[in-house]
Amino acid sequence: MFELSFIWAGLIAFPVLAYVVLDGFDLGIGTLFVLFRDHAERDQMMNSIAPVWDGNETWLVLGGGGLMAVFPLAYATVLPALYVPIILMLLGLIFRGVAFEFRFRTKRWRVVWDVGFAAGSAIAAFMQGIALGALVQGIKISGRAYAGGWWDWLTPFSILCGVSLVVGYALLGACWLNLKTEGELQQRARRVALYAAGGTLVLIGAVSLWTPFLNPIYFTRWFQWPTLVFSGLVPILLAACAFGLWQGLTAGKHLQPFVSALGLFVLSFAGLGISFYPYIVPGALTIREAAAPDASLGFLLVGALVLVPIILAYTGYAYWVFRGKVQPGGGYH
Amino acid sequence: MSFGQTAELLARFQFAFTISFHFIFPAFSIGLASYLAVLNALWLWKRDAAYLKLFDYWKTVFAIVFGMGVVSGIVISYQFGTNWARFADKAGPVIGPLMGYEVLTAFFLEAGFLGIALFGRKRVGDGLHMFAVAMVAVGTLISATWILAANSWMQTPAGYEINAVGQFVPTDWWAIIFNPSFPYRLVHTVLAAFLTTAFAVGAVGGFHLLRDATNRQARIMFSMAMWMAALVTPVQIIAGDQQGLNSLEHQPAKIAAIEGHYDTTPTTPLILLGIPDDTAQETKYALEIPNLGGLILAHDWNASVKGLKDFPPDQRPQALVPFFTFRIMVGLGVLMLVLGVWSLWARYRKTLYTSKWLHRAAILMGPSGFVAVLAGWYTTEVGRQPYTVYGLLRTSDSLSNVDAAGVGASLVAFILTYFVVFGAGVFYIFRVVSKSPEGEKEELRQGPTRTAGVTPVQQVQAGGPDV
Repeated sequence: MFELSFIWAGLIAFPVLAYVVLDGFDLGIGTLFVLFRDHAERDQMMNSIAPVWDGNETWLVLGGGGLMAVFPLAYATVLPALYVPIILMLLGLIFRGVAFEFRFRTKRWRVVWDVGFAAGSAIAAFMQGIALGALVQGIKISGRAYAGGWWDWLTPFSILCGVSLVVGYALLGACWLNLKTEGELQQRARRVALYAAGGTLVLIGAVSLWTPFLNPIYFTRWFQWPTLVFSGLVPILLAACAFGLWQGLTAGKHLQPFVSALGLFVLSFAGLGISFYPYIVPGALTIREAAAPDASLGFLLVGALVLVPIILAYTGYAYWVFRGKVQPGGGYH
Repeated sequence: MSFGQTAELLARFQFAFTISFHFIFPAFSIGLASYLAVLNALWLWKRDAAYLKLFDYWKTVFAIVFGMGVVSGIVISYQFGTNWARFADKAGPVIGPLMGYEVLTAFFLEAGFLGIALFGRKRVGDGLHMFAVAMVAVGTLISATWILAANSWMQTPAGYEINAVGQFVPTDWWAIIFNPSFPYRLVHTVLAAFLTTAFAVGAVGGFHLLRDATNRQARIMFSMAMWMAALVTPVQIIAGDQQGLNSLEHQPAKIAAIEGHYDTTPTTPLILLGIPDDTAQETKYALEIPNLGGLILAHDWNASVKGLKDFPPDQRPQALVPFFTFRIMVGLGVLMLVLGVWSLWARYRKTLYTSKWLHRAAILMGPSGFVAVLAGWYTTEVGRQPYTVYGLLRTSDSLSNVDAAGVGASLVAFILTYFVVFGAGVFYIFRVVSKSPEGEKEELRQGPTRTAGVTPVQQVQAGGPDV
């Protein structure tokens, strides 16, 4: 029988991935406020995500709460290590989250909440990338506590990861707009998506080339049998997604670019998974070491197996209810 | 930015600050969600447009409050790791799954149906819309249940053993969830949330009745709020008394601090007011009523209740904060009862909608629920000190390996952000509720009478765009 800790490693990866792809596009929308300055366009952009953003962000809470439940030692060492980026991410999320309601309640201060929405989204995305980069490059642990300094997370590599995630989320956001809007806004979203797609691919390449040289574990993971099969497969699939994205955008397809962009994220995520295994904090804590006692893992597993499918069903229903194009001026507010 | 304080104190202050904000919003949204469900059900049942108007009116407030609750909640779910890593490592196996279930059974439910409840009436029809509104309300209650199970477990831990590395290992989930203080705390807190909402709604109703005593929506909301005040406040006082008995049984040191009792005496006086002084180990300027403390605390005129000196100094909570916060909470509870009884009298005299003094009093009592909720929360949480898990894990052993400067800097960042963001939010709420619940534009267009049975959803979008 499988060990509960490994089942949970897979299950905890799921909310993280769900968060990245779902909140990814709405953080991307926020970042794109920089390029779309027209007031009516911004209303439309915001309305395209207003009914779903809260659900998207709930995956982040599940990731945090779930990590504490099933890998408490990882939670207790990673979060102090990433103290500054986590706090900045939280502050960013506060500003962008309240903007959904606040900017429709005022005229004078609308510009403030627009800036809060854009900057908050971009900062949250950047800090998530930094956090990921810092985790990949490794965290110093001694005993059961973080043993490094305040600024260990700040390196050229983590900054590269931060930039990559901002650009990647902008790509998701632009593809979402291409899916949910029409007319001139859609045309511009498509052009932005093309640039963002180029940027994302270059950055994925840069991060991928850098990663194996950060830590010998990654190198052996990537270039040794049998994981070599996967590290060979991932770039091929990435190329396929890149083609789907380019073809979809240039041919004026609505759904295909968004799905292809999601594919890029899923594959990058799989690549990370291959690199990390069997560690949860690379080089420091294995999945088994960090796991909570079986009594905790088993108790929550029952709930997760029953509830997550139900959650996916009604979340899917909520997306279905708000399907179709967002009409200009026909906001929900 | 350590301000000459220890990392522990700053981290405690950061938690107190962020959770106080976070607690205010859910206390309001738990009550409002249920209120919205009732209003929507009444609209569907009676097809009286007044209920629909009230639904749309409070829906706008709910959206703002809920949004602030969500973002302030994300902070909490990460703060256990940033500042309280050793607590997370040790208590995570027990607390974590409870919070995991909260997310899975409550947060997703609320988030999934919130969009439909707020924006989807037209798209899904009345039946499914009602279902979505009910799911949001149920979600808030489920959320309260799980988080209070977790909090109560920290107060009265049960169903665990401790392993070699010092982690709490669950042995009996039933005992963990239904730990000794949980049922009392759940009832007391959920009732507090309902009362908080009732007094806030009552204040808005009173405000609009003062302007126009014939406003039908204002009358309905005021009447509903005053029924809640009159009926639920007495129940809440009984629930609070029961929780007090429970605390005396499981956390006697907390009760001694609340009461300002340092010495154990043959009978127990009630100290109405005074200033507890932990260094001198006495409550100065005490205004006492003999024996009444025993009657209230143990329901026995001759009961002797342990004083703080009966506990080793390193196992006592500091008395000053719980002493005063408790008195604030109880004092407000008494005022709530007075207002409730007053409203019954006015109802009997048929002056409920015309008594200006009653309306003014209701406005004054608008914030009472929020203050009482926070005061009660401080009482129970400060009273739990010096432990995070009562009697087992000290607060000083729960802290992350962080230094005071970093905790202080993030504290300042949170304070600045929260005052700007939530200050603005509260301002917008005031702006929404200062508008008449009649919907003035529609009033001009349609006149005061309208046919029952039509669904003027689009015409009565309270708080339309670009207010």
